[in-house]
Amino acid sequence: MNIHEYQAKQLFKLYGIAVPDGLPAESPVHAEQVARELGGSAWAVKAQVHAGGRGKAGGVTIAKSYDDIAEFSRKILGSHLVTKQTGPEGLPVEMVFVEKTSQIDKEFYLSCLVDRGSERVIFIASSAGGMDIEEVAETSPDQIVTFEVSPAAGLQPYQCRNVAFAFGFKGDQLKKLEKIMSGMYTLLLEKDANQIEINPLVTTDTGDLLALDAKINFDDNALAAHADITAMRDAGQEDEKEHKAQQHGLNYITLDGTIGCMVNGAGLAMATMDLVKLKGGKPANFLDVGGGASTERVAEAFKLILSDKNVKAVLVNIFGGIVKCDIIAEGILAAVKEVGVNVPVVVRLEGTNAPAGRKILSESGLNLIAAEDLAVAAEQIVALAEGV
Amino acid sequence: MSILINKATKVICQGFTGKQGTFHSQQTLDYGTQLVGGVTPGRGGDTHLGLPVFDSVEQAVQTTGAEASVIYVPPFYAADAILEAFDAGIKVIVCITEGIPVLHMLRVKAAMAGTDTVLIGPNCPGVITPGECKIGIMPGFIHQPGKVGIVSRSGTLTYEAVHQTTREGLGQSTCVGIGGDPIHGMNFIDVISRFQADDETHGIVMVGEIGGSEEEDAAEYIKAHVTKPVVGYIAGQTAPPGKRMGHAGAIVTGGKGTAAGKIAAMKAAGVDVVSSPTEIGVAMKKALG
Repeated sequence: MNIHEYQAKQLFKLYGIAVPDGLPAESPVHAEQVARELGGSAWAVKAQVHAGGRGKAGGVTIAKSYDDIAEFSRKILGSHLVTKQTGPEGLPVEMVFVEKTSQIDKEFYLSCLVDRGSERVIFIASSAGGMDIEEVAETSPDQIVTFEVSPAAGLQPYQCRNVAFAFGFKGDQLKKLEKIMSGMYTLLLEKDANQIEINPLVTTDTGDLLALDAKINFDDNALAAHADITAMRDAGQEDEKEHKAQQHGLNYITLDGTIGCMVNGAGLAMATMDLVKLKGGKPANFLDVGGGASTERVAEAFKLILSDKNVKAVLVNIFGGIVKCDIIAEGILAAVKEVGVNVPVVVRLEGTNAPAGRKILSESGLNLIAAEDLAVAAEQIVALAEGV
Repeated sequence: MSILINKATKVICQGFTGKQGTFHSQQTLDYGTQLVGGVTPGRGGDTHLGLPVFDSVEQAVQTTGAEASVIYVPPFYAADAILEAFDAGIKVIVCITEGIPVLHMLRVKAAMAGTDTVLIGPNCPGVITPGECKIGIMPGFIHQPGKVGIVSRSGTLTYEAVHQTTREGLGQSTCVGIGGDPIHGMNFIDVISRFQADDETHGIVMVGEIGGSEEEDAAEYIKAHVTKPVVGYIAGQTAPPGKRMGHAGAIVTGGKGTAAGKIAAMKAAGVDVVSSPTEIGVAMKKALG
């Protein structure tokens, strides 16, 4: 799960990570009001969306007056911001974050994440701040410092000092960086974050260190233990269908094709999408109905798939293991009747009692095609989607 | 011969009296696995499915001599269950549970580092040596004793590979589902190296998916150490970057972990990577002549 910058910075404050003074606002009047509260003569006003690349996309401005703040907020609030990370439809801007500006000396990159390769929490630091870290890794890998944290010993001060030296820090900046890094590490452990990114971390003209931006991604598997983090969820930033699927315990991802896919198991669901593409079609979604594939879940899955108006045909691919195919076939029939499916549906059933399941489907009198072979099913569905 | 488990393997179940534990333990018994008991703290002394229930894994091991354990406990208790089994001297730990927080697994792996205890999963179907021993949730009847070793990150895709190799008359030596989580137990190399050393395994099927770099690492290993034919498949070629595809570990981030990268690495190592998941069995049949 992702959260907004303003929420991430609230957490940063709790963990002793220095951030500029700032407040979120939902309207132009409110934005002006919080700027007055903050004081000062210049403010950064930033659109709050769950995506990077906001600056280049016009989602951030430096305002020199209250009028500037109100004008920018009027323009951006209620709009959709399209950045290189959002896709063409963009993300809705319902909040701006108003921050006091500082005199920036230098910019750096700092992140802390769970690394699957080393099976450790690692830090990544770079003196090329404000840039995409993947780009830096590509063009100048020598500018990147990476190290692992021992799960037993925890983050050590010398590890933070090494980063400080790589950044060219001096004097009390060493302690300041150590405080930020230990705050990041503790936050990651206590709140089950997958990744915490500060880009850029800046030094100011007075020698202070500040996290100018903040991104945190949390482990979905751990959210049940963190009511405070779960409360930060902004469903408006998530795909509507994906959010709905989640509430029904389905794994669903929206894609831009015409062939709806309903599969049991994540691996087989990906493989089914790939196969549709291989046969010349375009998958409309990824959908894993889970091992059980009960009538209720299948019905919900059909509703979700058919709520996508691009869908011209649906491919159901179930490998019945413990759950018998005749039971699954009954469930599919009930779901199709309940939902009123009006596009062709090809069902491939394999596994326990597959022939009985296929017989139930063929004799149903509904617009269902029972396929025995997955490759054939994929070819049929592509032909049907094109024929409509 | 087979790898990891055989008909002599004594198995216990953690989370034995729960819904999942009960259902799958019955299936396991029906398959002929030597399930010798189970663990549910607080229910020690009871009998369940005709088998003794123990309060702790330690008691279960002392009484039954079990050397393998299968875990069906809820995600927030699974790390504790794995470490309890490890501490009690269980040699093969199979964790089926899906949804364990990644930091829990990070600590589990750190605690088990440098030991010879085998952890399979979590978020996996388990391990089976057809006709001898089934530990996990896979449907037993699709398997057939034979000569193909199968290793996979996905449950239902493993069943596809099993189904196809059975249909081709090849059968399987052992099938291992290593699981869909980013931090997990046995990896491709751990399993493939055992298949290479196993006389009864003539060919290896490796089913990977997007995310991480274990397939690339395995490709390097195969190039240097594996003489048996390897057929591969990678799921997720059409997956959009940055999206988690059902499995916690199936995600392309920062251009890393793509299907294209994995396929290229495996092909360069001499793996016959099929473009369709329906061609796994036929490709293996061809490789084994």
